[in-house]
Amino acid sequence: MSLKTRVSAYTLSIALVWSSGAFAQQMKAEVLHWWTSAGESAAVRVFADQFTKSGGTWVDNAIAGGVNARAAGVNRIVGGNPPTMTQFNTGKQFDELVDADLLRDLDAQAKAGKWSEIMPKLIVDAVTREGKVYAVPVNIHGQNWMFYNTKVFADAGVEPPKTFPELLQAGEKLKAKGIIPLALGGQPTWERNLFNAVLVGHGGPDLFRKINGARDQSAAKSPQFKEVVEIYGKMRGLVDQGSPGRNWNDAASLVITGKAGMHFNGDWAKGEFIAAGQTAGKEYGCALVGASGGKLIIGGDVFVFPATKDKGQLATQDKLVEVLLDPTTQLEFNKKKGSIPVRMDVDVSSMDACAQKSSAVLKDSANQVEAQELISTPNFTGAMQDAITQYWNNPNMTADTFIEKVSAAMRDAS
Amino acid sequence: MATLPIRASSIGAADTGARRRIRARLPAAFALLPTALIVLVVYIGCMIWTVRLSFTSSTLLPKFDWVGMAQYNRLFLNDRFLTSAENIVIFGVLFISGCLIIGFLMAVFIDQNVRGEGLFRTVFLYPYSMSFVVTGVAWQWFLNPGLGLQKLVRDMGFESFTFDWLVNQKMAIYTIVIAGLWHGAGLTMAILLAGLRGVDADLWKAAKVDGIPTWRVYTSVILPLLRPMVITATVLLATGVVKLYDLVVAMTLGGPGIATEVPAKFVMDHLFERNNIALGTAAATIMLITVVIVLAPWVYARYVRPQGRPA
Repeated sequence: MSLKTRVSAYTLSIALVWSSGAFAQQMKAEVLHWWTSAGESAAVRVFADQFTKSGGTWVDNAIAGGVNARAAGVNRIVGGNPPTMTQFNTGKQFDELVDADLLRDLDAQAKAGKWSEIMPKLIVDAVTREGKVYAVPVNIHGQNWMFYNTKVFADAGVEPPKTFPELLQAGEKLKAKGIIPLALGGQPTWERNLFNAVLVGHGGPDLFRKINGARDQSAAKSPQFKEVVEIYGKMRGLVDQGSPGRNWNDAASLVITGKAGMHFNGDWAKGEFIAAGQTAGKEYGCALVGASGGKLIIGGDVFVFPATKDKGQLATQDKLVEVLLDPTTQLEFNKKKGSIPVRMDVDVSSMDACAQKSSAVLKDSANQVEAQELISTPNFTGAMQDAITQYWNNPNMTADTFIEKVSAAMRDAS
Repeated sequence: MATLPIRASSIGAADTGARRRIRARLPAAFALLPTALIVLVVYIGCMIWTVRLSFTSSTLLPKFDWVGMAQYNRLFLNDRFLTSAENIVIFGVLFISGCLIIGFLMAVFIDQNVRGEGLFRTVFLYPYSMSFVVTGVAWQWFLNPGLGLQKLVRDMGFESFTFDWLVNQKMAIYTIVIAGLWHGAGLTMAILLAGLRGVDADLWKAAKVDGIPTWRVYTSVILPLLRPMVITATVLLATGVVKLYDLVVAMTLGGPGIATEVPAKFVMDHLFERNNIALGTAAATIMLITVVIVLAPWVYARYVRPQGRPA
């Protein structure tokens, strides 16, 4: 008798497990992304948990390194065995997948969710191809923040600089105090990121767009661009000897420990400050350097949904879109990720001071500048990066030689 | 008339002999088939595919149009590729010759029946067990002016000591060579030591009787005997040169600037990061042609010519 009940209970539980498994099978999402660092994986877990709560099964496929993850994603989509959704950066990285009709068109979801009203225009534009939306933006990263150590600045009697000429002066004062004025991860990517910060801060958004987007030869030959190049050249004197090859997080930790004064980076660098137990607005500050309060270069991450005819997968994808853009999910995800919600209608008062500043700056669309990867092909970005890193690391290279290289890159890069 | 049947039968015998031989070889041929297929399809096929793509305008996805030599024109106007090519020559020459010389000296040293031979052998060979990535990171720390050697010596009181090769554009490539030597010399030692141990003891006795100085025996008698080992070591080291990538990525990421860029990194970056398959495959094709040009005389001398001679 007791045996019989046990057996039937056993069968029942098996049946339950099996049926819930079968149910989950219908909403099984394989997600390919590159969020592997501690903060990032905590952030992606927010998505996973929310999706699980709404009845789905999240199969996490994290691949370390954006380049590797994107290559894996593209290979699987082209090879005909795509994941349910896969990550890209906001921008042109998935252009050719759209051209080859390999991605699902999300126009209906975008219209239903009123994306064009709640997201910054240039973010929506960045996922739109020939009038149709092909990706879900999930966050906004500001890329040209200047992080500074408040105590170091106060001790040296320096105000956070508002423009780049001021920054050069402040740098000399810090140097006199024996502080490294500018902590830089001396790798080509970060050298380019710093250049873009100067370009948008000193040259303005128009020049930034003409150089990086339109590849305007006359803009490259203009006196304003030369001024930008010269200021960037002078900043070589503000970094320490150990800068070449340094990782960005090591550069950030120089500011955290007070060995250096400033560090230019995207808002993802906040993670390092938070991990060191520091609070935005107290031990460290973040500011935009540039004329008229500074402009914010914004990019971020998106998910694309490979085209499929499978009804179950389509429904799963619909659910994913819903989960990714849910206001609460957005807030929690972006708190952990260090970015700000892609929806401007989310209340950010519970976020840190830098995130609030970000959100406030972006309220005015004149302050929004699209990141280089939104307006430039990876190949041209790479060619610019080659030119920038050569100029930065060779103090003997003149501004004119560099401008020649930029103009050649504009001409030759596909 | 009488000879004809005999000849016919002998032809028949020869025929069945050949057939038997083919039948005997059949299992061997069958066993080799998968390898042959892999070589044909994967190696040769991918090579042809790569060369073909280098004549297209492919970016993220392969496209099969025809743009002639346009990618090659671009390639040879590209600063970064030219620097890469120059760097790989510097690295190749210094790394192979350095490994052979240091490896040989270490092998000779151990061959003197020193005490604690096992320890030395382990110490010399140990770096080879590290991956290039670990090697690169370790040397990056050690050579970093603010963290490693320079700071150490300065902290000991030599304030003016400077060793900033890692962050110096002109010298950075030599730090890659140093790390490469540290990594590869031990393997060369192991190969050459095996050769030294195989040298007939009677040779040494004969040389001693003749009163030839030891160094002379090494250079004029032993070294020629080690020729096959030297060739083996050179080939192994040369493959390391062609595929040099991870050491650079771990140590300098191609910098400062583009001072330590190498062709393999150029190819990888353009294929996977910059969505420029065509330029990447053009660079890969140039690498292949260079390797073929360097190897062809050797392959000819070693494999083709001896067959022409009577055994």
